[in-house]
Order: sequence, then C-alpha cells, then structure tokens
Amino acid sequence: MSLLEINDLNKRFGGLHAVNSVSFAVNQGDIKAVIGPNGAGKTTLFNLICGALPADSGSVLFNGGQILGYRPFQIATTGISRTFQNIKMFPGMTALENVMVGLHTKSRSGFWSGMLHLPFTRHEEKKVRRRALELLELLDISAYADVEAASLAFGQQRAVEFARALASDPTLLLLDEPAAGLNIYETAEVARLITKIQQQGITVLLVEHDMSLVMDISDEIVVLSFGEHIAEGTPSEIQHNKEVIQIYLGE
Amino acid sequence: MDLKKITSIALLITLVVGIQLTTQLTGTSYYLTQLTMTMYSCLLIIGLCLVMGYAGQISLGHAGFFAIGGYTSAALTTTNLLEALERGSGCVGLLNKMGLLVSSTSLFGEPMLTVHPWLACLLAIALTVLVAFAIGIPVLKLKGHYLAMATLGFGIIIYRIVLAVAFLGEADGISDVPGFTLLPGLTVNGDIGNRITNYYIAATILIIGFVLLLNLIDSRVGRALRAIHGAEDAADAMGINTARYKLYTFVISAVFAAVAGILLTHYTGGISPGDAGVMKSVRYVAIVAIGGMASLWGALSMGGLLNFLSLRGFFGSYDDAFFGAILILIMLFAPQGILRLSLWNKFKGGKKEVQ
Amino acid sequence: MSLELFSQYIFAGITYGIIYAIVAIGFNIIYNTTGIINFAQGEFVMLGGMTAISLNHFLPLPLAIISAVLFTMLMGGLIEIVFIRWLQKPSVLRLIIITIGISILSREAALHVWGDSVRALPYFTGNVVSSVDILGASISPQVLWVLAICYCLVIILSLFFKFTPLGREMQACAANRLAATLCGINAKNMVTFSFMLSAAIGAVAGCVVSPITSSQYDMGTGLAIKGFTVAVLGGLGNSMAAVAAGLLLGIIEAFSVGIGFPLAFQDAIAISILLIILFVRPHGLFGNKEAAGLKEF
Ligand SMILES: Nc1ncnc2c1ncn2[C@@H]1O[C@H](COP(=O)(O)OP(=O)(O)O)[C@@H](O)[C@H]1O
Ligand SMILES: [Mg+2]
Repeated sequence: MSLLEINDLNKRFGGLHAVNSVSFAVNQGDIKAVIGPNGAGKTTLFNLICGALPADSGSVLFNGGQILGYRPFQIATTGISRTFQNIKMFPGMTALENVMVGLHTKSRSGFWSGMLHLPFTRHEEKKVRRRALELLELLDISAYADVEAASLAFGQQRAVEFARALASDPTLLLLDEPAAGLNIYETAEVARLITKIQQQGITVLLVEHDMSLVMDISDEIVVLSFGEHIAEGTPSEIQHNKEVIQIYLGE
Repeated sequence: MDLKKITSIALLITLVVGIQLTTQLTGTSYYLTQLTMTMYSCLLIIGLCLVMGYAGQISLGHAGFFAIGGYTSAALTTTNLLEALERGSGCVGLLNKMGLLVSSTSLFGEPMLTVHPWLACLLAIALTVLVAFAIGIPVLKLKGHYLAMATLGFGIIIYRIVLAVAFLGEADGISDVPGFTLLPGLTVNGDIGNRITNYYIAATILIIGFVLLLNLIDSRVGRALRAIHGAEDAADAMGINTARYKLYTFVISAVFAAVAGILLTHYTGGISPGDAGVMKSVRYVAIVAIGGMASLWGALSMGGLLNFLSLRGFFGSYDDAFFGAILILIMLFAPQGILRLSLWNKFKGGKKEVQ
Repeated sequence: MSLELFSQYIFAGITYGIIYAIVAIGFNIIYNTTGIINFAQGEFVMLGGMTAISLNHFLPLPLAIISAVLFTMLMGGLIEIVFIRWLQKPSVLRLIIITIGISILSREAALHVWGDSVRALPYFTGNVVSSVDILGASISPQVLWVLAICYCLVIILSLFFKFTPLGREMQACAANRLAATLCGINAKNMVTFSFMLSAAIGAVAGCVVSPITSSQYDMGTGLAIKGFTVAVLGGLGNSMAAVAAGLLLGIIEAFSVGIGFPLAFQDAIAISILLIILFVRPHGLFGNKEAAGLKEF
C-alpha cells in the first residue's frame, strides 16, 4: 500500500510553473528518490508536501488522508519529518538542544507547567534530554552535544539535522539533498545511514543530485524536469530511459 | 531549578534586602519610593523582553497594556456605585451581596461604595487578556515593519482613548485611587509609614514574575520560542505551532504589563495619559534593547538602573532624548546589548548567546 | 447633506489626503531602495515646516520654503550617512529601532530649539478669512496651493523616476540591488539619494500645510502612522496607489467628522483601517500578491 500519494499537484510562481501536474506514490517502507536538474522543482515539491508552500491545485494523501492545506506544524505531527537543502540549524542552540526541539511533538509541557516548573515538567525534560542524547549517539555525534550546532562542520551539521528529523519518530522522512556539500566518504556514510533508517521501518523520500548515491540505495526513482514528471521506475529502468539520459546529457 | 539559577536569585534577594538596609542605615529611605516604582516598571520590561528577545516580536504598544491595567483598576476602584445601588441596579446589588464592593469615605467626607480592588484587578487582567488576544491574533501574523507599526498604532489608539474619555479623566487621568490590600496587613499604597512594606511587596512580585519567566525560557516552551526566533520554518517543520506560541507569549507579556500598571497605579494613587504614551513604549523597548534583547537578566538590570535614574530626574529635560540616543547608540554599536560588548564577552569566557 | 457641505468635506478630505499620500510616497521611496520603513518620515514633515517658519522671519516666504526644503534634504542625507550607510547587513528589527531612535531625537531636538508652541507659516496668498467659491463651497486659497503643489510634486516625481538617469538608477536598485550593483550603479549612494528625496518631499508637504494645520514639534508621529496606513492601503512600495489611498483616507476622515464622529478619535479611524488592512490584505487594497513582489515607484 502506498504511504504517500501525490495526485496532479501544481504550483506556479507568477509565470513559472514550478510543479506541473505531478503525480506519483511512495510505498510503505521504500526509499524513493526524486531527481532532476537544478530548478526542476524538487524543493518546491517538498515544500508543498510539508505545507511550507500552498499548492495551487492537486492532492497529497498521507496514510490515505488528505494533508494538503494543513499547516507545516500539523503535517509534522501526522508523522512527516524533513531536512532542508540548506541546513537550518537553530542559531545559538547546541546540537543537543537542536535535537531536543525535534522532540517537541513527543513532549507535552506547556506555558503553565513551564513557568511553574512542575515536577512532571522536570521529569519530562530529563527524558527529552536523554532521548536526544541517544539520537546523537545513534548518529555518532554525541561528542558534540554541547557545541553550538551552527558552528559544527558541515557533515556534523547534517548529522544533527538527521537526528533532529528522526526525533519525532516519523513514518515518512523527507530528505532534501542530504549529501549536498559532502565529500565521498561522508556521502557513503549518509547512504549507510539512510539504509539504516529504512531498516527501522521508516519510509524515505529523497531529493538528491549525487547519482551514485541515488542509484545505490533507492528502491524507486521519479525524474522531474522543469516541474514535469518525466519518468518513474527502478534505478536500472531509469538508467536506461532515453529521455532521462537526454536531460542529463543536455544539462 | 538548577543550582546556578538558585544562587543568582539568592544574590538578587540579598541585593534587594541590602539596598533596603543601606537606605535605613543612611537615613535615605525616601529612595525606596522610587525603587518601588522602578520595580513595577521592571515587571513590564521583563515581560516585554520575553516577547522581543525570545519570541523575536517587536511591540511598540506595551504602554497601552500598562494603561489598560492601570486605568481599568483605577476607574473601578474610584467610581462611586452608591447611587447605582440606591437606584436599585441589580448588578451592583448582587456584587454588594457577594461582598465584592467596599465602602469608604472620600476625601470630602462623602460615603463611597466602590469595587473591591481584587475584583478590579481580576477584571483588569481579564480585559487585558481579551485585548491582547484580539490584537495579537491579527498582528502576530505580520513581520518586521508591519508588526512594529501595528503595535505602535494600538498604543496610539489606547492613548487617544484615555485622553478623550471623560470617565477616564481625560487629560488629568484618574487620581485618589485607593490602596490595594493584597492580604491582610499587606496594602499597596503610597503611605510613608508603609514604605518598607511596599518596597518588599514590589520586590516579591517582581522576583516571582522573574522566576516564572526564567523557568519558562528554560522549558520546552522556551526552547520552542528560541527555535522560532532562530529559524521559523525549521521550527514549524518540528511540529511547533509557531503562531500559537507567539500569541501566548504576547498575551503573557501583556499581562505582565497590566499587572505592573495595576500595582503602580494603586501605589502612586493615580494614573495619567502620559503613562499610556508612545514615548513610554519606546522607552521600554530601548531598555530591553540595552539589556541585550534575549536576556532577562539584562532587561532586569538595565530596567532597574535606567528607570531609577530617570525617576530621580537624572536626565533632566533630556529624559526622552536620552532614551532615543541610547537606543540608536546601542543598535549601531552593540546590537547584542551593552552587557555583551566584546570586552564583557571575554570576561565571561566568550559564551555565545542567541541573537 | 447639502451640496455645499458635501464639497466642503470633499475638499477638506483631499487636502489632508494628498498630504498623507506625500508622506506615504516618502515611505515608499526609502522602502523601495532599502527595504526599510523609515519611522522618522513624519519628522521630515515637521522639520520642513518648522525650519521654514523660522527662516521666514528674515527671508521672504518662497525663499524660506526653498531653504527649508534644502535644509531638510541635507538632514535626510546626513541621517542616512551617519546612522545607516555603514551598517553591514543590519536586521530589519535593528533598522526599525534605529529609525525610531532618529525620530525621537529629531523630535526632542525640535522641542529644545522651538519649544512646544504651535506655529504656522503665513497663508501663501490672502489670509485666514479669504476664500474662493468652488461648487458652492468656500475654500481657502491655501487648499488650492496644497493641491496644486502636491499634485505637481507627484507628477514631477514620476517623471523623475521614468526619465532621468538618476531616477532610473534608483528604480534599478529597487528592482534588483545586486544586478544594479553589477551594472556599475553605486547602490549605497542610491540609498542616500532616496533619503534626501524622501526628506525633501516631506519638507515640501510640511511647508504647504503649515498655514492650515499649524506645525508643532510632535506632529510627526501622527502623520507617520497615517502615511504608513496609506502606504499599506495602496500596497507598500506602490506610490501611484498611495495617492488614491491617501485621498480615500482623507475623505473618510473628513466625512467622519461630518457625521459627528468625535474628533478625538479621528486618529483611531486611520489606525483601525491599518489594522484591518494588515489583517485581511497586507499587500494593499489595490495591489495583488504578485504585484506586491514587484517594487515599482
Ligand atoms: N519562493 C519562490 N518564489 C519564486 N520562485 C521560486 C520560489 N521557490 C522556487 N522558485 C523557482 O522555482 C523553480 C524550482 O525551484 P526548486 O524547487 O528550488 O528547484 P530544485 O530544488 O529542483 O533545484 C526555480 O526556477 C526557482 O527559481
Ligand atoms: Mg532544491
């Protein structure tokens, strides 16, 4: 059964048709990649799914329910988590605190209990802190827990962002160019990580430029060009698709 | 609460007691009046600090909330309801039966029947919350300039209202506001004999408010606020209801402003349109900026220092000009506040803080 | 309501309205080149009027006005150079607070120089009681002066932006700062020019209305907020729409007095409109969302 189903999705920026009647589905448990040249509309597609941008028309079904028109925080609470193409660490916060923000939906304490510092809040804070540390350990960056996240090396920031996105126990994880700006070793590390995430039962939708990464780990690939859905299939099918080859060679 | 917080608060309390003892020993307890007024202003300022520094929203209308609190409480506790009671107004009669009205005699020896200060206080806070929601819901959707202008506009409307409504005393404001007995024996009023008690009442309320806010910024909510301030779209993607968080913060800080207004009005015995003026709001913003925006301690210390100096008439007729100038200087040369000038930073071990 | 009364209100409305529009255009010019809302915009109007009044003691009226406008223009340029030019990537919040500080300082300086008395320039022609009959309404000749000068100003400004090299460079900067810089335009100078221009037209407005509304050191804030309301009503950055919006606000205010709305709450009308517009159509009455992105004079 498909976890995410996108039907006839459209988005225009003035005269530019950034996402043009795109439809595809993501199966539960898969790693699906969206590829395409720069400006193809991949990030825009992500922003539509996450509610960060309003769509012009179409539908996005998650677990069979319509999520288009929801606000981003509502979508996050349904179990969709994301990373950003240009990493967005919370400035002035440590790596640990960044991940603790990721645990927002997993904790309850509000304004009153925060102000009064009730016992249950203290208990919850401890739990949140412990869980955040676990996540950092999972990604092998617990050594940097107390360093300001924005001052970490690029690869480490990526890892923090992963931890932060995983913190909310998502069923679907959207990764926008997770290997952008990384060297080949780090890229291989990211590939290993994504497979590990998949093994935990999390479905992954991935935008990536690095072809080798995509071909290695994806179960299925969608190709976008100028906002349009060009091709879809397994990595080997895509590798032999004439139109796709043309787009990439013509680039 | 962690150890660091407890020690700092303990130091703060020691400072409060120390100042009082010093004034007593040196026979300068007349300072306590201005210190008490300063502490109520600080209550507003730390509330504004929460909105500006932590939620990243500018409010140029906080004097408006101060005025809503002060004026509501003043009007309710000075309006004589005796006539209404004699006319047989059911509402007044009901309040009277419930013991929510108090009788007294006015300065001219007339019998008075007025709303109990506690009831007035609660109504004032309720009104503030209502207005803060009504203003906050549309306004907090805005960013930057729009928000600044909208809150400035709100402040001006409140100023015009208190200046034009006869019931609120027009240009004279409301005077002869009675004291506010918080608990038996603890009355907020301007009696000379009650000066020390009032100093400690103000200090206690301020410290309670301060601790509440310190707790808040250390909690899940505070973390969410800092995240919103730092990268709103990422915070959104983490499932934080950014609009609601900003709104609640705004309302809380409005309530702080209103409580400051209520208590200061009962303490000084009156309130006038000047307290609702735009210049007051700007001054509060200036103090928060000088304190370093995202620093409750900075806001508290600068609020204490500058309000006190201003009340002492230290700046003479250049009072407003001083705050204007310091606002510019801080924003030009030390947008992180003067407590975070590079020198101080080295001193503190170069600890980085939220922008 | 009789025709006379009606046209009386209309004239009052468009007189105030065009002044609001001029203040709004002042906002727009600076906003377009810098993205800053200059909270000291109203102070330019005050400064122009007050300076002209002082100069008029020993200079003939036209000369006093011209000197006052030049002086304010200089002040506008100076303010930008001293307070804004050298900041590196300042945040919006920082800029807002700086211009608020400038507005307070200007106001306080004016208070110390001129005191808090209400002053006025003499009527350009005739005096308080002279009037002209138009459509049955008796209109002060000063109203005609205001309308004529302000409309000329608007036309000159739009010609300036369309046809002069400097105007076009400022336009280019507004449209795309980076691209303009690459084409050899000095963006920093354009910002200074925009402050000077904006100060100058504010000063003109301050001079022409002074005989009707009088000038006082603290007149700036009220004007700034109404000017901003008008700028937002027309869509921030869109000055032609600001003229329409200004007239609309002026006429609404005039008629609100006509139907007995308390004068003390007149400011509340503009501010309520501002809040409502910000809530429902932040891109303005006349603009649409897409157009709000395209900054045009
Ligand atoms: N907020 C926006 N406003 C206007 N145009 C945009 C916006 N976001 C993206 N675009 C345009 O939409 C197109 C697709 O962008 P994007 O989705 O970022 O591409 P990709 O991620 O595939 O490289 C690009 O031409 C880009 O310039
Ligand atoms: Mg992209």
